Amino acid sequence: MKVALFVPCYVDQFYPQVGIASLQLLEKLGVKAEFPAAQTCCGQPLANSGCEKDALPIYRHYVDTFSDYDYVVAPSGSCVYHVRKHFDKLEQTPEVQQVRTSAYDLIDFITTVLGVTEIPGTFPHRVGLHLSCHGQRGLHQANESEMTPVRDGQLRRLLGSLNGIELTELDRNDECCGFGGTFCVSEAAISARMGQDRVADHVRNGTTVLTGGDMSCLMHLEGIVRRRQLPMRVLHAAEILNGTLS
Amino acid sequence: MNHATRAAKFVGDADRTTWHDETLWFVRAKRDKAVYAVPEFQDLRELASQIKDHTLSKLDTYLEQFEEQAKRNGVHVHWAADAAEHNAIILDIIRKHNATRVVKSKSMLTEECHLNPHLLSNGIEVVDTDLGERIIQLRDEAPSHLVLPAIHLKKEDVGETFFQHLGTAKGEIDPQVLTEAARQHLRARFLAAEVAISGVNFAVAETGGVVVCTNEGNADLGVNLAHVHIAAMGIEKLIPRLSDLAVFTRLLARSATGQPVTTYTSHYTKPAAGKEMHIVIVDNGRTKQLGRPDFRASLKCIRCGACMNTCPVYRRSGGHSYDFTVPGPIGAILSPNIDMKKHSSLPFASTLCGSCSDVCPVKIDIHTQLYKWRQVLGEANEIPASKKWSMKLMGRLLTSPKVFGVSGKLARQGIKYLPYSLTHARHFNVWAVARELPTPPKQSFREWYQQQAKNPA
Repeated sequence: MKVALFVPCYVDQFYPQVGIASLQLLEKLGVKAEFPAAQTCCGQPLANSGCEKDALPIYRHYVDTFSDYDYVVAPSGSCVYHVRKHFDKLEQTPEVQQVRTSAYDLIDFITTVLGVTEIPGTFPHRVGLHLSCHGQRGLHQANESEMTPVRDGQLRRLLGSLNGIELTELDRNDECCGFGGTFCVSEAAISARMGQDRVADHVRNGTTVLTGGDMSCLMHLEGIVRRRQLPMRVLHAAEILNGTLS
Repeated sequence: MNHATRAAKFVGDADRTTWHDETLWFVRAKRDKAVYAVPEFQDLRELASQIKDHTLSKLDTYLEQFEEQAKRNGVHVHWAADAAEHNAIILDIIRKHNATRVVKSKSMLTEECHLNPHLLSNGIEVVDTDLGERIIQLRDEAPSHLVLPAIHLKKEDVGETFFQHLGTAKGEIDPQVLTEAARQHLRARFLAAEVAISGVNFAVAETGGVVVCTNEGNADLGVNLAHVHIAAMGIEKLIPRLSDLAVFTRLLARSATGQPVTTYTSHYTKPAAGKEMHIVIVDNGRTKQLGRPDFRASLKCIRCGACMNTCPVYRRSGGHSYDFTVPGPIGAILSPNIDMKKHSSLPFASTLCGSCSDVCPVKIDIHTQLYKWRQVLGEANEIPASKKWSMKLMGRLLTSPKVFGVSGKLARQGIKYLPYSLTHARHFNVWAVARELPTPPKQSFREWYQQQAKNPA
């Protein structure tokens, strides 16, 4: 099994520890992933801004970089969703089809491909799980409150398997945090308010460690947590799982 | 003014935003409860979606069948290509009866066509009889929601409006007292009305009849008291058979407000003895939308408003921030079809979270259409030039790993070494108005990875 790690551009630059944790976590679970140095970005920021045509060369660069791998794993459901859903704009060569099916969110890969359902570790904290929309509604990694009252999902189960962990129950289990890519600056006022409301839900329900599967949402929420100097740590789920696993 | 500017103004009143958000979330939660209680709800959505897809694919046939049946029932059928024709037809009918007093039950189509100002400027008194509609009519405002047109107002606002227009006591905010005042006020208008205008929720091709769903019974009161009934409908309101209606009535009220069904589901098929019934069938841009394969499905909308209640942006920006008859996510995919330039910011008023598509009772892929409108707008140069050029630059940068690595490093160093007052200056960096920037790490991931490769632990 030939596996590549795709590290989203902003993770590469601002959250290297998330890339490191992803790589190490995979290794502990028996997968030696490579990091192809030629990788850059999936092109989503451009496409979401209405500049899909300008993103096509980025798509092609992604395909050239990753088409040789059986799986391309990223600690971000949003990038994966973009590759799977929006690379339909490219001519559907075998290489393009390959990268569209081989792209996996890290947690999805661990759960679905590796079949891991429990992580033997201890994390004695009150953990609030932020469900990222593209992972949840786009990649179906978690139940949706629009469909069912049952709160269930891949990451909830993995985290729930840790010893000593207490998952906080939110008033609104899966409301968007308001990051939204370029939305966070083009609609800065609404974006910030949405983030503040999400953070307030976590504060109200006792979260001391805020986590999730997508660093982009967490970057936005962390920005609010730090501005308000709240006693809350923000960690990508890969950091928690990797840290507890020996 | 774009959506972001109007939204920033709305959200600037933090307490009111909290109230607006929580009020609509309450409706969303009621909807969830009602949906969970129907095990076959997702099958109903699929069925409704297929019925609408089918109907749109044979719309010409069903429209002609509907017209033929309606005429057979003794109904006058009129065709309007646009808002101006719609308004002219209705004014003409009213004039033929020498009428001046008109009551109207809720119709987003007549809002879309700006019928009220047209009638008023021609000396016709037109009174909206839906309570919410009447409130905003008195205030000379546009509806801010499809089914809750006055949801942007608090009872204090309504009290003040009724004090000014209906003679209630100053400071009176008891909902029951205010509603009773509206009731008495409207009752007089109902009794005096010569013509009643209604919207249409569903038009049944096989019977030629129209169906109107209300909670207040105001459509019935208007239609049954007046001599003339004019029903105005968009061409997309059709369903093939009467038996199809059950699928939609089970979905509509649950999706809209969490009720199992609207209080009144009124069927109007033919005029009562000695009375007249007219149906005005309106295009007004709908066939243009039907001709856009990527956006055709937006015509499946049954106007339940669920996408508004669930939209985290709408709840915090208010319906008026969209500046279009139909606000919220569905409005953002309908409006560019009408005026791409004016409404160019609406498809960007979304995080593409997808909740709208998941609550839509007819399974319109709303968030996908928002994404696709963005591309159409980008191609048509209807996005800000600064965005366009920065994206072009980014496109260059992200196809070259070397340039990407260097510019990433520059960005990190910039945040690290430039003074906080500069990196977090609100005028240059809107991110920083409410959020800290990430703390720049010493190394990027790729730098760490290369170092590891050289010196494995």
